[in-house]
Amino acid sequence: MRLRSQPGERIDRSHPIQFTYAGKELTGFAGDTVGSALFAAGRRVFSRSFKYHRPRGLLCCSGRCPNCMMTVDGVPNVRVCVELLRPGVDVRDQNVLGSADRDLLGVVDKVGGPFTPVGFYYRTMIRPRRAWPLYEKVLRNLAGLGRIGDTRNGHGRFDTVHRRVDVLVIGGGPAGRAAAAAVDGDVLLVDDRVGHDAPYDVLAPATALGIYEGGLVPVAAGNVLYRIRAGRIVVATGALEQLLLFSGNDLVGVMLPDGVRRMVDEWAVKPGDRAVLVGEGAVGVKLQLARAGVEIAAASLRPESLSAHGRRGRLTSVLLDGERVDCDLLVVSGGLQPAYSLLAQAGARIEYEPRRGIFVPTELPDGVAVVGAAAGGIDQTPVAAVLDGRGDKCFVCICEDVTTKDVKRALAEGFDSIELAKRYTTVTMGPCQGKLCQLAATRLLARETDTDESAIGTTTARPPWTPVELGLLAGRHHEPAKRTPLHSRHETLGAEMIWTGQWRRAFQYGDPAAEVRAVHESLGLIDVSTLGKVLVEGPGAPALLDRLYPNRFSDLKPGRIRYGVVTSDGGRIMDDGTVARLGDELFYVTTTSTGSEGVVEWFEWWNAIWGYDAEIVNVTGALAAMNLAGPRAREALAPLTGADLANESFRYLDAKEIAVAGVPCLALRIGFVGELGYELHCPAADAGVVWDALVAAGATPFGLEAQRVLRLEKGHVIVGQDTDSESNLVSARMQWTIKDDKPDFVGKGAVPHLQVRERLVGFTADVLPPEGAQVVREGRIAGRVTSARVSERVGRVIGLAWVEPEIAEEGATIAIRVDGAMRDAAVTLAAFYDPEGTLLRS
Amino acid sequence: MSFLLSCPHCGPRPVDEFRFQGEVTRRPGPDASLRELTDYVYFRDNVAGVQREWWYHRTGCKVWFVAERDTRTNEVLRTEIPSPAGAAAPR
Repeated sequence: MRLRSQPGERIDRSHPIQFTYAGKELTGFAGDTVGSALFAAGRRVFSRSFKYHRPRGLLCCSGRCPNCMMTVDGVPNVRVCVELLRPGVDVRDQNVLGSADRDLLGVVDKVGGPFTPVGFYYRTMIRPRRAWPLYEKVLRNLAGLGRIGDTRNGHGRFDTVHRRVDVLVIGGGPAGRAAAAAVDGDVLLVDDRVGHDAPYDVLAPATALGIYEGGLVPVAAGNVLYRIRAGRIVVATGALEQLLLFSGNDLVGVMLPDGVRRMVDEWAVKPGDRAVLVGEGAVGVKLQLARAGVEIAAASLRPESLSAHGRRGRLTSVLLDGERVDCDLLVVSGGLQPAYSLLAQAGARIEYEPRRGIFVPTELPDGVAVVGAAAGGIDQTPVAAVLDGRGDKCFVCICEDVTTKDVKRALAEGFDSIELAKRYTTVTMGPCQGKLCQLAATRLLARETDTDESAIGTTTARPPWTPVELGLLAGRHHEPAKRTPLHSRHETLGAEMIWTGQWRRAFQYGDPAAEVRAVHESLGLIDVSTLGKVLVEGPGAPALLDRLYPNRFSDLKPGRIRYGVVTSDGGRIMDDGTVARLGDELFYVTTTSTGSEGVVEWFEWWNAIWGYDAEIVNVTGALAAMNLAGPRAREALAPLTGADLANESFRYLDAKEIAVAGVPCLALRIGFVGELGYELHCPAADAGVVWDALVAAGATPFGLEAQRVLRLEKGHVIVGQDTDSESNLVSARMQWTIKDDKPDFVGKGAVPHLQVRERLVGFTADVLPPEGAQVVREGRIAGRVTSARVSERVGRVIGLAWVEPEIAEEGATIAIRVDGAMRDAAVTLAAFYDPEGTLLRS
Repeated sequence: MSFLLSCPHCGPRPVDEFRFQGEVTRRPGPDASLRELTDYVYFRDNVAGVQREWWYHRTGCKVWFVAERDTRTNEVLRTEIPSPAGAAAPR
């Protein structure tokens, strides 16, 4: 079914390519698109329309209309007329019940008319209310185009490339090429068709999706999205051929001139046997039709009336100015319309020019230029809004199946502005984004409302200019993971790893209860490298910290540690950690695992305001940290270090630089888990040495779950778990950290006004409530559980909860809703385990 | 939002490299009334026009700086690392 070799044809007849359509083996040539290969193989119906399921065939052959959307290799809505044929590609029909040739849903076109007018789902399907879920189910099934398949294996990998150029030319036609060639310097030309050899840079096939502020132009090129930042943008997007409005204007066999031209010139296929040409632009394809051996049955530049008629959706004849002409090809041209969308997005004004009947861009923003047909460089006379003629439906918008009748009906109902008519009828909202229907809709509205086109205007142009796969916009799946220097140790031990923010942490090593017991009875070791670690150094460091925290650090003696909570100026708890003074002007600050970056930014922001002579350095990644805890901590650590660990020389809340297994460590004697403990901070590269030595000395690795039980036994709060954005230091019972005699600190102004609607208290119970369980008092919610665990050591369920102040009393009984039943719990204000902290100090 | 912001250290960079910290506010003294405090903590002028605001070059050099931006057009008129004395001052 191919023509003789055509001058300049794009197919390579020496390279046949096999592919399948609906399971059948077909053959095309290299250089074919999927659409041209299917057409050459005899296929005429390519899709079924959105609403009426009417057969549709190739119309524009340039990727602008919705008629050729098929499912290719599982990807729905591929415009096959521009999709290059690849070996083995699997092409299927979509939006059909059956096949594109015999689609059972085609019945909608026959009988649905009176029942499915525009907006029918707003009106007809609202009663009875009970039936809506059923309607919805049916509508959901029928609506939309294509089906997203199983994407777990992906439709390939998507990537984003950032690029900067001085001048970006969009469009590879003659005007675009001339503009690019005229630039002396860094220029890139983006072409949505095949590339060409040029002295400048060319990106093709690639489509500019929009123009955003700052000269940002996203360009889709296969599976790569280029984010191009251009100093200057030259738009050379050319003009778009428009469809005429007449009855049956969507029949298979109706084509735009450029589609016919491409079919003959590039792919050497015969578009039909007997053709009728209508419109100024259509006459231009006479040459191609003659070469292809297509008989021209009739031609008219400006007919008074036209209607197309067919059988089973395929064109068989036209009624042209009252005369019936048999034909299977109708080439129509409603003139050209400059492709102004990108310019409109960039901020240009779009004005109607009645002399030529087109919208042209004016008042271009700085840094944006337009050349060629896109600028309005078109010579033509306007066409009629609608050609008279009776018969089949007359479509304004073939994407969404909006007919002239629908638009008239919308007008009659009062949707008389183009933006309202658009929202009501969905005209211009389909995949073509108005490329084929914007001008037609404006003309029709102007005629029907007896105004002119400039009064009607256009709808707002929005990106993307062409349909684009969501994956391309999302870019490559990217979930950064932070691993501690000891990550491989946890994996070797078979730890269950979990996400905590971006960190991967060991949750447990097989038996969290045994891990808890090891810490209480002997010795445990936990990787706490995820803690934020910050150095604050300089003559201004003590004063800066005094002002950043409610607590005081200027009177902290070198070698000592103090707990600190960071609050906002509204007095809300933001983060917590320890501050160790390593020297007169040097402090070592730890933050929560997820808070380090935010806290460093916060500290630096305040110091940008205050200007203390102090440097803030985030050393979180440079250092590892592990906590050695348990009654045997001292005797296990002693042989590994030359330092004096005696309780009198290395006291609770002391910070000392000691060597452990030959590795220099900063040892902090603190105890989040409630037993005698040393938190060892060392260079990340040496962490494994320290860890291995401690494990060899008998320490049992314990994970996050064991730590959560242990800290809960001490009543230690986890910021973000037990506190939220409403919590303040008084309600969280940490007012002891506030040193209100300081002249200023972040949150000081709020201290006198801090309200206590709830207090954070401990509780014991017999049943384990889920986190978030309600505390109920007199039939209403009076608080919530934030943490709860079974504690072997306490012998009960223990937890933390926010409760109303009236019941935040030691020994008070509160009711917690667990699985719908009320369970009693007893309020405990002190720690559940070792409330005096004797063990920590031992 | 895709405008360029001129970092005082790094020059013009895409805005998504930065963290926005809101308009420059006037922090009341420690003896502020509840109303003054509430105004400062919760309320913003939200001007349609030129606004002085804090930005942080998060994925770059990590500097805090003040930008004067027209909120209607996203035109950035100037950026500067404020001298500490002037930083807390209002517009």
